[in-house]
Amino acid sequence: MLSINDLHFSFFTPAGEVRALNGVSLDVASGEVVGIVGESGSGKSVTASVITGLTQAPGRVKSGEVMFNEIDILSTGEKAMQKIRGGEISMIFQDPMTSLNPVFTIGNQLIEAILLHTDKNHKEARAHAIHMMSQVGIPNPEIRMKQYSHELSGGMRQRVMIAMALSCEPKLLIADEPTTALDVTVQAQILDLMKTLRSETDAAVILITHDLGIVADICDTVVVMYAGTVVERGTVDEIYDNTAHPYTRGLLDCLPRLDGDTDSPLEPIEGLPVDLLNMPPGCPFASRCKHTMNICLTTPSPEFELSESHTSRCWLHTASRKAEVRA
Amino acid sequence: MSLLTVSNLKKYFPVQGNMWNRKQVKAVDGIDLTIERGETLGLVGESGCGKSTVGRVILHLHEPTDGEIVYDGINVTSSSIKNLRNRMQIVFQDPYSSLNPRMTVGDVVGEPLDIQNTCQTRAERDERVLEQLLLVGLNTDHLTRYPHEFSGGQRQRISIARALAVKPEFIVCDEPVSALDVSIQAQVINTLIELQDRLSLTYLFIAHNLAVVRHISDRIGVMYLGKLVEVCEAKDLYLHPCHPYTQALLSAIPLPDPKAAKGSNRILLQGDVPSPIDPPSGCRFRTRCQKMKPVCAEEEPVLKEVAPGHICACHFCE
Ligand SMILES: Nc1ncnc2c1ncn2[C@@H]1O[C@H](COP(=O)(O)OP(=O)(O)OP(=O)(O)O)[C@@H](O)[C@H]1O
Ligand SMILES: Nc1ncnc2c1ncn2[C@@H]1O[C@H](COP(=O)(O)OP(=O)(O)OP(=O)(O)O)[C@@H](O)[C@H]1O
Ligand SMILES: [Mg+2]
Ligand SMILES: [Mg+2]
Repeated sequence: MLSINDLHFSFFTPAGEVRALNGVSLDVASGEVVGIVGESGSGKSVTASVITGLTQAPGRVKSGEVMFNEIDILSTGEKAMQKIRGGEISMIFQDPMTSLNPVFTIGNQLIEAILLHTDKNHKEARAHAIHMMSQVGIPNPEIRMKQYSHELSGGMRQRVMIAMALSCEPKLLIADEPTTALDVTVQAQILDLMKTLRSETDAAVILITHDLGIVADICDTVVVMYAGTVVERGTVDEIYDNTAHPYTRGLLDCLPRLDGDTDSPLEPIEGLPVDLLNMPPGCPFASRCKHTMNICLTTPSPEFELSESHTSRCWLHTASRKAEVRA
Repeated sequence: MSLLTVSNLKKYFPVQGNMWNRKQVKAVDGIDLTIERGETLGLVGESGCGKSTVGRVILHLHEPTDGEIVYDGINVTSSSIKNLRNRMQIVFQDPYSSLNPRMTVGDVVGEPLDIQNTCQTRAERDERVLEQLLLVGLNTDHLTRYPHEFSGGQRQRISIARALAVKPEFIVCDEPVSALDVSIQAQVINTLIELQDRLSLTYLFIAHNLAVVRHISDRIGVMYLGKLVEVCEAKDLYLHPCHPYTQALLSAIPLPDPKAAKGSNRILLQGDVPSPIDPPSGCRFRTRCQKMKPVCAEEEPVLKEVAPGHICACHFCE
């Protein structure tokens, strides 16, 4: 349904070229839930913005291809994208405060979105908006419809965004940190709602999150990003039980655990994130990796195939022979 | 004496309605809590239950509707707060709207220093700003950039650096790590704990990630619909959750393990989320509680001690 091929994207800033995406490839089938995890600044949101055609200057696609159901997104004009966005492709943004308009009521914005993308009339749109608000667990939807975004709690704003994204039954839902501001019980409810969307309409979901618990709970496939590249991908079981890339290992090791020891400090990944203005020639993770070898400093690793569904970009796999370089 | 004592704190917000039909959101509806110097009190609870409001009212960013806040022996009021601003700071939940887009990162972090005239010389100020940035894992190169050039997580670290700049004693951390990736989250948590030990800081730590809250807090308070329903030692909460809401909350945590996730036995909360505009009579949780009995609708349960240092508001807790 969605296929991204070798996407390169940079921000051309006064300070230089910020290489946000350096050859990202990604496939999503209908009915599939793909989780994207990775360091802050690794290009997850930028990837989402390219898919939805919402990239902003000074950012520009340098090369690559994004196909959505036979539509070439990168050559589609803004007019046509507006129709697709919020309709067939729907997005829940990471920052609900900036994506809700402060001068219109919540209800106004929801109804507008529904009118734009469905053939409902105003009355039906209003009823649907109220229905969606209660679906995402907002009490007193009629009253809340008349409020402005600053009058809602962080989690409520986020739920309004979710209601808006789901209200037009998208074929592809891109959810960027959809539940960070929600408590776990509401989060469980929202995740159930996404599962329902998937099973009833066969929609695909791309879920961008830092929460490896959520990923384990609802994703089929996981894509791990680092410095604008996909360093590992696989099924959930492969990623958690057969972790291949040292960065992914680092991610799993730095989580506080519910039954963990609270007296010793957590174990963050050592070192600083790469400077996308000055990308190192070799593996972007080399300066922070516990297993760095000479080749890591000079040449980026190709994608090694560990199983049909599992790949990893790490030179360590040459030693294990089993892996084969993917063309 | 406790550093902070809050008694019977209430905050109501007006919502639409006319003169004859005034409605109010009872965001915080009678809360008592104390925080000792050097302690971290974690605050968890359903979205919209009033956690941020508690934090904001303590710092007098909102005028309380009722109740009393005493900080280090001083009654916090609109006039006394001016002298307390240096000592009490907040890190906000939303890293997007809390940073001025027209200021460079250096100025964002330096602003509280400039307002308070903390530094004698420009060089001292710049050094202090850089020191804060390094603390949160940013560097010199970032000083002259603008907030929009940063990712969500990077922006949250900027606001943490900003709060630390005036060297406060008490910080309300309103979901300071929810927008961060797990490695930087671990770094920031370690930093917060380290700084706390070094500078004997006191935190009110609001967050949804219970593993994080457990790691950083000494005690944890659980809120539901404007009320505190349970307070106990951090480790105790996971071992012996008492309130039915706390139990539901704990059971809903998604574990970072696909096998556990599949076989989980979640207590799914039934019923609609009740409204803070018109909360249920008696126990506010009763509409969604599995243990609900007639008495729950009639009598509001009060916080009582169920074990040493462990208080809970439920008619049926042992
Ligand atoms: N307008 C911009 N100008 C310059 N650089 C930018 C701009 N927007 C984003 N970037 C850079 O692009 C990179 C990728 O950003 P992106 O927002 O995709 O990160 P992310 O993976 O979503 O991170 P997070 O988890 O923190 O949200 C970051 O290093 C960021 O600094
Ligand atoms: N400025 C305001 N005007 C009107 N109502 C408000 C205002 N600020 C908060 N509220 C209301 O007060 C209640 C509690 O909000 P608060 O932000 O404290 O919740 P919270 O527990 O922090 O939730 P979250 O976890 O979603 O951040 C909500 O019903 C909210 O709509
Ligand atoms: Mg992002
Ligand atoms: Mg809040």
